[in-house]
Amino acid sequence: MHHSIEVEHLSFSYPDGHPALVDVSLHIAPGEKVALVGPNGAGKSTLVLHLNGILSGDGRVQVCGLEVGEKTLGRVRAAVGLVFQNPDDQLFSPTVYEDVAFGPLYQGLGPEEVAARVAAALSAVSMQPYARRVSHHLSVGEKKRIAIATVLSMTPEVLVLDEPTSGLDPRARRALIHLLCDLPMTMLVSSHDLAMVRELLPRMVIMDEGRIVADGPTQALMQDGRLLEAHGLEIP
Amino acid sequence: MHIPDGFLSTLVAVIFWGFSAIAVAYALRRVGKDLGERQVPLMGVLAAAIFAGQLLNFSVTGGTSGHLLGAALATILLGPWAAVIVLTSVVSIQALIFQDGGLLALGANLFNMAVIGVTVSYFVYTSVKKLARGRSWGLFVGGFLAAWLSIVVASLSAALQLALSGTSPANISVPAMSGIHMLIGIGEGLITVGALAFLYSARRDLFTPVGSSPKGGALVWVFGLAIALALAVLSPLASTHPDGLMWVARQHGFLDAARAPFYKVLPSYIFPGISNKAVSTIAASILGTLLVFGVALGVAYLRRKKVV
Amino acid sequence: MHVHFLDPYQPRTSPIHAMDGRAKFLLTVAFILTVSLTPMAAWPIYILLFALVLSVEILSALGIWYVLKRALLALPFMLAAFPVIFTVGQTTLFSFSLGAWTLTAHSEGLERFISIAVKSWLSVQAAILMAASTPFPELLQAMRAVGIPRLLVSMFGMMWRYSFVLVDEALRLMRARAARSGQSSQAGAKAGGSVLWRARLTGGMAGSLFLRAFERSDRIYVAMLSRGYDGEVRSVPLPPMTSATWAELLAGLACLGLLLFSGILFWG
Repeated sequence: MHHSIEVEHLSFSYPDGHPALVDVSLHIAPGEKVALVGPNGAGKSTLVLHLNGILSGDGRVQVCGLEVGEKTLGRVRAAVGLVFQNPDDQLFSPTVYEDVAFGPLYQGLGPEEVAARVAAALSAVSMQPYARRVSHHLSVGEKKRIAIATVLSMTPEVLVLDEPTSGLDPRARRALIHLLCDLPMTMLVSSHDLAMVRELLPRMVIMDEGRIVADGPTQALMQDGRLLEAHGLEIP
Repeated sequence: MHIPDGFLSTLVAVIFWGFSAIAVAYALRRVGKDLGERQVPLMGVLAAAIFAGQLLNFSVTGGTSGHLLGAALATILLGPWAAVIVLTSVVSIQALIFQDGGLLALGANLFNMAVIGVTVSYFVYTSVKKLARGRSWGLFVGGFLAAWLSIVVASLSAALQLALSGTSPANISVPAMSGIHMLIGIGEGLITVGALAFLYSARRDLFTPVGSSPKGGALVWVFGLAIALALAVLSPLASTHPDGLMWVARQHGFLDAARAPFYKVLPSYIFPGISNKAVSTIAASILGTLLVFGVALGVAYLRRKKVV
Repeated sequence: MHVHFLDPYQPRTSPIHAMDGRAKFLLTVAFILTVSLTPMAAWPIYILLFALVLSVEILSALGIWYVLKRALLALPFMLAAFPVIFTVGQTTLFSFSLGAWTLTAHSEGLERFISIAVKSWLSVQAAILMAASTPFPELLQAMRAVGIPRLLVSMFGMMWRYSFVLVDEALRLMRARAARSGQSSQAGAKAGGSVLWRARLTGGMAGSLFLRAFERSDRIYVAMLSRGYDGEVRSVPLPPMTSATWAELLAGLACLGLLLFSGILFWG
C-alpha cells in the first residue's frame, strides 16, 4: 500500500538563483485531506508543481507509488490532478465539453469512454447542463467547478488545488466547500482561506521561506496564535 | 485593408487562395519544428493579443484615430513563421466573426496581411538590425520602418488585386490606397515602437525571437526582397496601363497577361525621360500624401498653439 | 464585465440554427462562390439569389433587419469601385467637366459598379447568416471537416477563447487610461499631450497586453501539460453527417448550381 504523496528532502532553486524549496519532506496517506498554508512566496506553488513533474528539483518525489521522472510523466499526471488558481488558464477549449474531455482524450481513451468520463465528472461537480456552453460566459464560481471537472475526468487518485476559494462570493464559496467535502480522493489544498481549512481539512502543513515549519492536526495548530503570526497567518 | 467579397474576380481570389495556402502550410511546418509543443498555446493566445490590441487606439487629431495591425510587432517578437500563423488566425477570425473582409477574398487578404506584411517586416527589420550592429536604436528604427512599410506594401498588394479584378483602375487604386496607408502606417509605426520600448524595458529576454533559424533566414530575406521589388515594379506598371491590365485579366489570367505590357512598359519605367506617366503618377501620390500629412500636422500644431 | 460582441451567435429556435454547422459552412461558401461566378449585370439571377438568401434569413428567425443592417458594412468599400463608372465601357451615359478634366460616365461602367455592389451585399448577408446561426465551436468543427489542418483549427479555437479574456484586459487598460486623462485647471496647460506621447502610451498598453499574453500562454501550457498534453493535437471525433444533412446540402448545392448555370448561359 503506497503513500499517495511522498516527498523526501526536496530542494529547488529558480534559474535566477532564488531558493524556492529547502529540504522539504512530506508524506500524505491515501484518503487524507491536507491543507498547505503559508505567506505568499513560501514555496507552496513551487512544491505543488513538483508533484506532477512540471518542475523537478533535487530530492525524491513519489506519487501513488510512481517515481516522478521523465518516463512516468503521463501516468503521474493522470494520478495527480492539479487545479490551478485561475480557472481561465485551465479552461482553454472552445466548449466546456471539450475542456473536460481533454484529459481522457490524452489518456488515449475511446470516444464512448471519453463521453462517459465527461458525464461523470460534470455530474460530480453538478454542472451537467453546461456541457455545450462556452467557458467565457460563465461566472467565476461556475468556472472553478468546471476546472475541477476537467481534472476529475482523469479519475485521479490525488487532487491538488491551488487557492480554490479565492475570488468567490460567499454563496459560491459555500458551494465549493460542499463540493470538496463530497469528493472522496486524497486532497492537498493550498489556501489562504483558513476558515475553510478549519472546516474541511483535518491536517495542516505550514510553509515559510521554502521550508516546512509545522505539520500536524489543524485543530491543534490553529490554537497556536504565535506560530501562525510568525508565519504571516491569522487565526480565522 | 480587408477586401470584402464581390470586389475580387473569382480567378484572382482563387489564385491568391492558392498562394496563401502554400505559405501558411509551410509556415505551419516551420513553426511546428521550432516551437514544438508550445506552439498551440503560444500562437493562440498571442493571436488573441493582437486581436485585442487592434481595439486599442489613440486619437491622432480631430476625430480620427489610429490603431494597430500588428504584423511588424508579431514578426519582431515571434519570428516570421509564427507571425504568419498568428496573423492568419487574426485575419481569418475577423472575416468569420465580423465579416471584416470576405470569405472568398480571405485568401487575398491573408496574402496581403499575413504573408506580405510579415515578409516585408522581416526583411526591413533584419536589415536595419544588421546596419545597427547590435545597438539598441536598431530595434526602434527597424521596428518603425518595418511597421510602416508592411502597411504600405500590403496596401499596394491589395490595390493590385483590385486592379487585376477590374474593380478599381490601377491608376487610381494604387496611389489612393498607398497614399492613405502611408499615413496609417505612421500610426502603426508609432504604436509598434511604443510596444517595443515597453517590452524592451520589461522583458529584454523576449528579444531573441524564436524560430528565426539562420538556414531559413536567408531564403526569407531573398524571397521578401523579390516580392517587394515585384510590387514596386508592378505598381507604376499597373498605373500606366490600367485598361490593358483589366482587359487582360478578363480574357486570360494573370500569368499569361503580364508578359505583353511588361515588355512594352519596362524600358519606359527605367528611362523616365521617354515616358514619364508612371513617374508622374507616383510623384503625384507622394506629393498628395505629403500635402495631406502636412495639413494634418499643421492643424494639430495650430490647435496646440491656440491654448498657449 | 464580459465582452459579448465577440460572439456573433444569436441563439434562436429555427431550422437554420438546427442545421449541421458543416452543411451551413459549405452552403455559405458555395453561395458566395456562385455570386462571384455569376456574370456582371445578370440582374434576374441576382434577384433570385437575393430571394434565396432572404428566405433563409426569414427561416432563421433572426429578423431580416438584423442581417440587412449589418450587411451595410461593406458599403464604404464601394468607394474603391466608384471610378469604374468612368473608366470602363464605350456607351456614353453622360459627361461633365471639372476644370481641365472631362469625366464621362459609361453605362457598362455603371452596370459593373452596381453588379459589384449587389454581389458584395449578397455575399456579406450569407456570411452574417452563417455567423449568427452557428455557434463558433461548430464552425471550428466545420473547418476540421473541410480539411483545414487540425493544428491550425486548434489555434483558432484557442485564439477565440482568449480573445474574450484579452479584450476584457484591453478595455480595462483603456478605462484606466481614460480615468487618468483629466484636464488640469491650470492656465495654459494643454490636455492630452502630444500625438507622439499618446502613441507611445498606446504602444505601451499594446506591449503590456502582449506581455500578459506571453505569460498567460505559459500558464496555459502548464495546465495543458498537467492534463496529459504531449504536443499532438487530439480532438473529440466529429459526429457523423445524418442523411437529412446530406439531403439539405445537396439540395442547396443543386439550387445554386442551377442559378449559376442559367446565369452563365444567358449572360456569360
